Amino acid sequence: MSEMDNKSFIEVKDLHKTFHDKNKSVEVLKGVDLEVNKGEIYGIVGFSGAGKSTLVRCINRLEEPDSGTVRIGDSIITALGKNELNKERRKIGMIFQQFNLFDSMTVAENIAYSLKLAGLKKNEIQVRVDEMLDLVGLTEKKDAYPGELSGGQKQRVGIARALANNPDVLLSDEATSALDPQTTLAVLDLLKEINKKLGLTIILITHELEVIKYTCHSMAVMEDGKLLEKGSVKEIFEDPKCETAKNFIGVYNKFRSDYWEEN
Amino acid sequence: MSLYKYSFWEVIQHSFSKDVWDQVLPAIGETMYMVAISSVFVLFFGLVLGLILVMTGKEGVLPCKPVHTVLGAFINCFRSLPQVIIIIVMLPVARAIVGKSYGANACIISLVASCVPLFARLVESSLLEMQKGKIEAAKAMGTSNFRILFQIMLPETLPSLVRAFTNAVVIVISMTALAGGFGAGGIGYIAVTYGFTRFQHDVLFATIIVLIVIVQLVQVTGDSISKMILKKRHLI
Repeated sequence: MSEMDNKSFIEVKDLHKTFHDKNKSVEVLKGVDLEVNKGEIYGIVGFSGAGKSTLVRCINRLEEPDSGTVRIGDSIITALGKNELNKERRKIGMIFQQFNLFDSMTVAENIAYSLKLAGLKKNEIQVRVDEMLDLVGLTEKKDAYPGELSGGQKQRVGIARALANNPDVLLSDEATSALDPQTTLAVLDLLKEINKKLGLTIILITHELEVIKYTCHSMAVMEDGKLLEKGSVKEIFEDPKCETAKNFIGVYNKFRSDYWEEN
Repeated sequence: MSLYKYSFWEVIQHSFSKDVWDQVLPAIGETMYMVAISSVFVLFFGLVLGLILVMTGKEGVLPCKPVHTVLGAFINCFRSLPQVIIIIVMLPVARAIVGKSYGANACIISLVASCVPLFARLVESSLLEMQKGKIEAAKAMGTSNFRILFQIMLPETLPSLVRAFTNAVVIVISMTALAGGFGAGGIGYIAVTYGFTRFQHDVLFATIIVLIVIVQLVQVTGDSISKMILKKRHLI
């Protein structure tokens, strides 16, 4: 094995971030370390306010960390200049809870946008857009506007848009939290399929443990700006170490317990 | 025809007569000229200043406090002056730029000075209404600041910008009428000269009708364009 194979694909080291308000400052990330292997779906679970969203947004520097480093593959994201960062961001897809599609563009134009940024030719863009539409199963909605779509369809467009440029990584910021359970399942299935098909590395944050259990290979439990526990999903579910993980799994099991049995 | 001699109904009737409209019609042309030229300037400079305000703001794509503060203060200065005062203040400026301090072209200078800051603020509030998430999505894709402004923010807020511009044009129209009293010509001049100084209330009524019709047309056009865009995007 070469040295590269031992190295994890994404590496976050000692990440700190404090938000300053007028009269108080809140330390949201208190030294986060994270390693994600290539082709892995990595889940980060935590209650609201734990800092998961800030963490994932520091990975593509939508939020500038105060200190610490983020590395993806061979490039140190935190060391990049503005233009290099913009170029690197094209290799990092991101999907959002509120979808954040552009209402002024059709579905096809939304997906084509990042390809235009990358400077592809018109016919190349068309081919790629059709591929992506096929992948997310929305070929017949090609010329529709986001305003016409349901939540689940919007998130599919979001995924297609994020993946159009063949990124190495997909960041998912509570992408299923605004969807109903059935649609959530469909979107998660799509993420799993993409992960398998394209070998895409996915970092997924959520406050729903069942999302992680259903989708992820590895996971971390986050609270108060720190990752308290990391490991494979199986390990943590079978033997949670920290209080927060136990708490989460306790709630999870309670929801799944048999009502008739307990009463 | 004065209301002091004739009944209200007679004056109204006479305000539709040919000799009244022979006076009013050329004035409409002048007013339209001033409104059209001013609106183009207001649209351009208002958009530019509004964009700079949003861009340099704290949450903007290119935060720059000094520029934001100075520009904001400058706009506020102009915004705090009533239109009459701006017209008077801009008279010497107009003379310096177009050679005389009266007439349609001089009027355009004060119209622009008064309405650009107004429209800039309207543009600013339209752009700030946009969901931050869309900008983040664009950033996450590696979009440059300029592309975010022109390819995302402007198209996304277009319906709201159209409404804002409609409001600005309506204010330009009303200010044109005001400037008429200061030698600008047009509808305002007719209203002041005949309606006020000579008590020709039939002429005054005719100018009122003209102004109402023009403003209605502008408002209806603006509203329907904005609605059309929203409908196309299935947002209403």
